[in-house]
Amino acid sequence: MATSLKQTPLHPVHVEAGAKMVDFGGWHMPVQYGPILEEARRVRGAAGLFDLGHMGRLAVRGPDAVDYLDRMATNHVARIPLGSIRYTLFCREDGNPIDDLLVYRDEEEVYLVVNASNTDAVLEWMGAHTDGFEVEIDHRTERETMIALQGPRALEVLSKVTTDCELDKLGYYKFLFGTVCGLENTRISRTGYTGENGFEIYFPNAEAARLWSGIMEAGADADVQPIGLGARDTLRLEAGMPLYGHEIDAKHNPVEADLGFAISFAEGKGDWIGRDALERVRKSPTRKLAGLTTDGKRVPRQGYPLFHGARQVGEVCSGAVSPTLETNIGTAYVPVDLAQPGVELEMEIRGKRQGVKLCALPFYSRTRK
Amino acid sequence: MRPDDRKYLESHEWIKINGDIGIVGITDFAVEELSSGNEGDLVYCDLPEVGRQLETGETFGEIESVKAVADLNSPLGGEVIEVNTAIEDHLEIVAEDPWERGWMVKIKLSHKTSDALIDAAAYEELLAKQG
Repeated sequence: MATSLKQTPLHPVHVEAGAKMVDFGGWHMPVQYGPILEEARRVRGAAGLFDLGHMGRLAVRGPDAVDYLDRMATNHVARIPLGSIRYTLFCREDGNPIDDLLVYRDEEEVYLVVNASNTDAVLEWMGAHTDGFEVEIDHRTERETMIALQGPRALEVLSKVTTDCELDKLGYYKFLFGTVCGLENTRISRTGYTGENGFEIYFPNAEAARLWSGIMEAGADADVQPIGLGARDTLRLEAGMPLYGHEIDAKHNPVEADLGFAISFAEGKGDWIGRDALERVRKSPTRKLAGLTTDGKRVPRQGYPLFHGARQVGEVCSGAVSPTLETNIGTAYVPVDLAQPGVELEMEIRGKRQGVKLCALPFYSRTRK
Repeated sequence: MRPDDRKYLESHEWIKINGDIGIVGITDFAVEELSSGNEGDLVYCDLPEVGRQLETGETFGEIESVKAVADLNSPLGGEVIEVNTAIEDHLEIVAEDPWERGWMVKIKLSHKTSDALIDAAAYEELLAKQG
């Protein structure tokens, strides 16, 4: 193992559990503890525990925190109620994203969760745009960590070790502070990257091993097991959630990725970085993100070209074996005129072609069966 | 110790030579890397047509798991004379027995040696370094 990789406070726990560890965004992370497909099924059927210590965590404080973030982010931060969370993006002037992130709005600060691989870029971008704003950016990735408990039994399990709050009344994309395994003032949000009901929990590094084992013990009856980043990728793809570096990146903007819900053109938001470019894309989009399924054995993978007859019309962004749909799935950008469910294309893998069929996203919805 | 009746490539293929014929497969390490101990994670294997001429080191196919695709490289050059079609729909055979029943292609060898071939002891040493 390369010694330059960063480790979360739970690293020894994963090694002890026999997890397969890989480099993920500069961190030495568990990609799987057992078979990826079984781990994904467990989250859909019961619940699973994820170490998300690699995600970037920071807070913006100061009198201009909200105004500053409304200048940086695509969503309307001033309209996020206290105690609520929104998905948003930081884009460059050309409308293409630096990163996508979650914004937690609280009274004294706004808390952000960004991608591991983009944390440095986000900090640099934020630091370069503070002129005229009275803000302080507090980078906390290395001081506090986070885990996620996801699945239909997550509420039942977390409730066993949580007091001083009403977990069962916590709405989707809302957060509160409660006592978890005796640790007071712990941030708990009803969020996740799996398409299941679940929670993300934030606490100081020193508490990590204790909370992890406390939740694992509380979840023993519900068959809770640790879940690696491999299954997490499968779950997020089934749920139609974008991943930076796949569906969105420096060449793929959030309008064409169908993330309009995270973009505000409201006048009250004022001007923000990337607004003009994204407004132009919105008026005349050329391509659209679509889902695809294939009956063939080959799994769609990033970069495979897609053909409509002889014409190359796009390429695969993400792909996976879907244990929930029991077929191979993927995402791809295709020209707007082709972006219709049922359209048949061919995926080329080293000169061989396999049929794929476009479909709407998401592949899986917990609430919309 | 892996079987010492055959030679290995650093890319985890093996070749067992019987006179003019070479039998090619992949090692248990390759299977483990692809499937992480779960045979159901292997989803696809692309093997060449009988009659195809292969150069030493040439990629003749691919094997795919839930998480990755790996090239299959021919340790020596020659003509493909037989393909193990039994594994195409039953990749668990490769997972269960990569050394015998999980073989992939038989080649009528036009080359008998290559600097890239290593023996079982050297292959073990390579894996020890990677581990």
